[in-house]
Amino acid sequence: MPTIEKESLIGKRVPKMDAPEKAAGRTRYVHDMNLPGQLIGKILRTDRIHAKILSMDTSAAEALPGVKAVITAKDMPAKMLGLNNDNPPLKGDKVRAERDEIAAVAAITEEIALEALKLIKVEYEDLPTLFDPRESEKEGAPHIQESKDSNVCMEFEYEHGDAAKAETEADFVIEDTFKLHYVTHACMGVSGVIADFDNITGNLTLHSNTQVPFLHKREFSEVLEMDPSRIRIIQPPIGGGFGSKLDIYPFEPIAVILAKKSRCPVKIVFTREEEFMASPTRQPAYINLRSGVKKDGTITSRVFDSLLDNGAYTSWGATIPFVMMQTASSFYRVTDCQYATKAVYTNNPTAGSFRGYGNLQATFAIEQHMDKMAEAVGMDPLEFRLKNAQEAGEVTGQGMHFKTCGFKECLSTAGEKSDFSRKFAENNANRGNGNPVKKGIGMASMLHVGGGAKIYPSDGCGTILKMDDFGHVTILTGASEIGQGSETVLSQLVCEELGVPLSAVTVVNNDTDITPWDVGVHASRTTFIGGNAAIGAAKLAKAKVLESASQVSNIPADQLDMRGGCIVRADDGEVIMQLGKLLRGMHFKDKAELVTTSFYYEPPSVHQDKGFKGDVSAAYAWATHVVEVEVDTETGIVTLDKVTAAHDVGRVLNEMSLEGQIEGGIIMGQGYALTEDLLVKEGRVITPNFRDYKMVTAPEIPEIDLSFIETQDGEGPQGAKGVGEAPSICMAAAVGNAIYNATGVRIYEAPYTPEKVYRALKGAVEAPSMAAE
Amino acid sequence: MSANKKMLTREINFTLNGSPVQVSVPVAENALIMLREELNLTGTKYGCGEGECGACSILMDGESVNACLMFAVDCDGREIVTVEGLAQDEVNDQLRDAFVEKGAVQCGFCSPGMMIAAKALLDKKPNANRDEIKRGLEGNICRCTGYVKIIDAVAAVSGTNQ
Ligand code: FES
Ligand code: FES
Repeated sequence: MPTIEKESLIGKRVPKMDAPEKAAGRTRYVHDMNLPGQLIGKILRTDRIHAKILSMDTSAAEALPGVKAVITAKDMPAKMLGLNNDNPPLKGDKVRAERDEIAAVAAITEEIALEALKLIKVEYEDLPTLFDPRESEKEGAPHIQESKDSNVCMEFEYEHGDAAKAETEADFVIEDTFKLHYVTHACMGVSGVIADFDNITGNLTLHSNTQVPFLHKREFSEVLEMDPSRIRIIQPPIGGGFGSKLDIYPFEPIAVILAKKSRCPVKIVFTREEEFMASPTRQPAYINLRSGVKKDGTITSRVFDSLLDNGAYTSWGATIPFVMMQTASSFYRVTDCQYATKAVYTNNPTAGSFRGYGNLQATFAIEQHMDKMAEAVGMDPLEFRLKNAQEAGEVTGQGMHFKTCGFKECLSTAGEKSDFSRKFAENNANRGNGNPVKKGIGMASMLHVGGGAKIYPSDGCGTILKMDDFGHVTILTGASEIGQGSETVLSQLVCEELGVPLSAVTVVNNDTDITPWDVGVHASRTTFIGGNAAIGAAKLAKAKVLESASQVSNIPADQLDMRGGCIVRADDGEVIMQLGKLLRGMHFKDKAELVTTSFYYEPPSVHQDKGFKGDVSAAYAWATHVVEVEVDTETGIVTLDKVTAAHDVGRVLNEMSLEGQIEGGIIMGQGYALTEDLLVKEGRVITPNFRDYKMVTAPEIPEIDLSFIETQDGEGPQGAKGVGEAPSICMAAAVGNAIYNATGVRIYEAPYTPEKVYRALKGAVEAPSMAAE
Repeated sequence: MSANKKMLTREINFTLNGSPVQVSVPVAENALIMLREELNLTGTKYGCGEGECGACSILMDGESVNACLMFAVDCDGREIVTVEGLAQDEVNDQLRDAFVEKGAVQCGFCSPGMMIAAKALLDKKPNANRDEIKRGLEGNICRCTGYVKIIDAVAAVSGTNQ
């Protein structure tokens, strides 16, 4: 009999399963779908910023031939959107921001819909505006959300130890204020939805780009006042997510109500301009940091205070302080920490969730502040970080358990591979030479959740696995694919258990009527949580199959294994029988159904208490990036030459996807640091296109040197941690540190555009301040 | 006004993915809308509509152009190839396989445009080096990959390591 060696796909460079179709242009995104009888929906947005709506007249729009439905606030159920229940899908009384939706039209063509919008007449009474978050709390500031007591929409406070006392023990106290700007996801596929409401059965099918189908099903039922069991969400492939599709936005219920009223399916797809203007942003922030440090480089205390611009409505963006807090309290060993963050209402764009979830802002501040502390005590930045870095086994002041922690390995690997300390000293020494182009090297690290995130009461994911008569495996999973490659990684994990080739696996992950429940794609959780659920189902299936094989072969099940689509003897790999043949036999026996189900909840650790003490994740990811730049002091242009990155990934599951995630994140971080700047002037986005909102293009990318630190997390699937968000987090801080290394000028405000750098080098950029001018 | 626009149509003839087509298009319509909506070739994507992202790249007489910036009527008499056309011709399998094998595809929304830009480049410079590849892809934005693996894929076909 032939034998089969155990072959593993774990750690290999496995191409994405959906790549061939995508590269052939065959994948149909929501933009590419059309349903029979479908209408085009368009949204009328206000031309004011903050105003009372006095009257609205839609009669001319309704009379236009080809218009099938016109809706305003009075057609919508009363329920609001958003975490604070403050965002009516259509605004009836008042508008608070440029993006505000006040009416919508469904028509037989886009042109007619657009023309109808122009026929809607609105009368307003303007109200005083508020664009500076620092003004929000002041006496007499305009009230953005009149039903709330104040303009503060979310507030977080936390402490451990006694930071004030610890500060008195410090030899140096360093205090800085940093300022972060607006950026947006700019997914290549713009927002879109098709609402298909069947008025005969009362069933609603949404073809939606959501990252969280199951939670949205419930939210839609509330917003639409519908029975949730009547709602089915189908997710076509998504043209980029990055956190932008974590919330329900007004256009989605609008599409549904248009569909209900017109009795036709309605498709709404944004223009790029709308996408820039009306989709969520990363939160702009002011961050003030004060830290105490001893002469020997020990950090004694940290006080973190920040203010976030929430915009006029509350989306997930308001909860990012929850993540920023971890970076303040637990990233380095800080025995005494005091933390406060407020998100406030303004008439600016609404901030949402975006890859890294507040950690880009927090890390930008903390990692530049760390360099300043190192300088104060006369230590090399790498040495200073190594002295204060967390290690495996640490339980932080906030109560996070770092069961595995590759932080020090990340630091030393990136430090050594980039020759950091030597170049740092050399650049320092060369600052004064006459060359107008200065070289700089900078380092920054990060801590982020890597084992799911306990944001909701459950962080679970379900898997149903079925095997057919030919050994083909179908994985039905709640975990969504958003381009990150979850489909492929889940399949690899199942192949590992069942010994079938990747070609024998199909993944179904896009239909709430079919797939089991999942919290959604966010917080770098899918490989970890979805992966563990898939492994669970595969293990159950394997046990069933081997049990049956044992009965047929008279070999005990624990001496059998599954390899290469066969049942083999575990010790020598001798083929006992074909898997397909066994399965066909099983199907004609009693109780042999080859469907298994499994559910993975976040591991049995408790949630944080009311004071935010405790774990937020089952595992934590770490990384260090060293960047090398050239600063042209005559033009202010900063060129990013090289990034040396080391990431604690737990274990490499798919080397190529992992590199792809990290490279993509590095370049997104490069954009945050250097080029991307969503300019908002008096509440209006003045850069709503790719000409003015400058994304990094191929010729600008740096050389990238990646290292993976494998700490084999005990809770992770095959030891892996989640890393989806990690790579974008520490880029801006590292670039800021490198510019300082090159020029001796610290710029406290991102992004480092040529104009800003040039002016800062001339001493013409004022340090940001938490207090309004 | 929409009614007027609709009336102003013109009949055009061109070669699309190797076959002759004859369509009547509104004179103000752009080529992207014609391809996607009239001819149902949805592989070519809308990313910006302003010539800034390359998602709508097509080949016109062998050159990569942005369909969103072209009037549909300007296709008259031309030879147009879309990403679907690339897939029909097996000479392009090597490029597509390289995109897959090298990990050049994540969400995939930029991939059709990238394939077209890469094809146009390689037709002109079969041995393009990495710098030439980067410049050849300059007009195409990718939000997911950071470009490294897309450049790797094209370099695998051009046979360069530099
Ligand atoms: S859609 Fe044509 S260049 Fe962006
Ligand atoms: S793969 Fe998503 S935009 Fe390129």
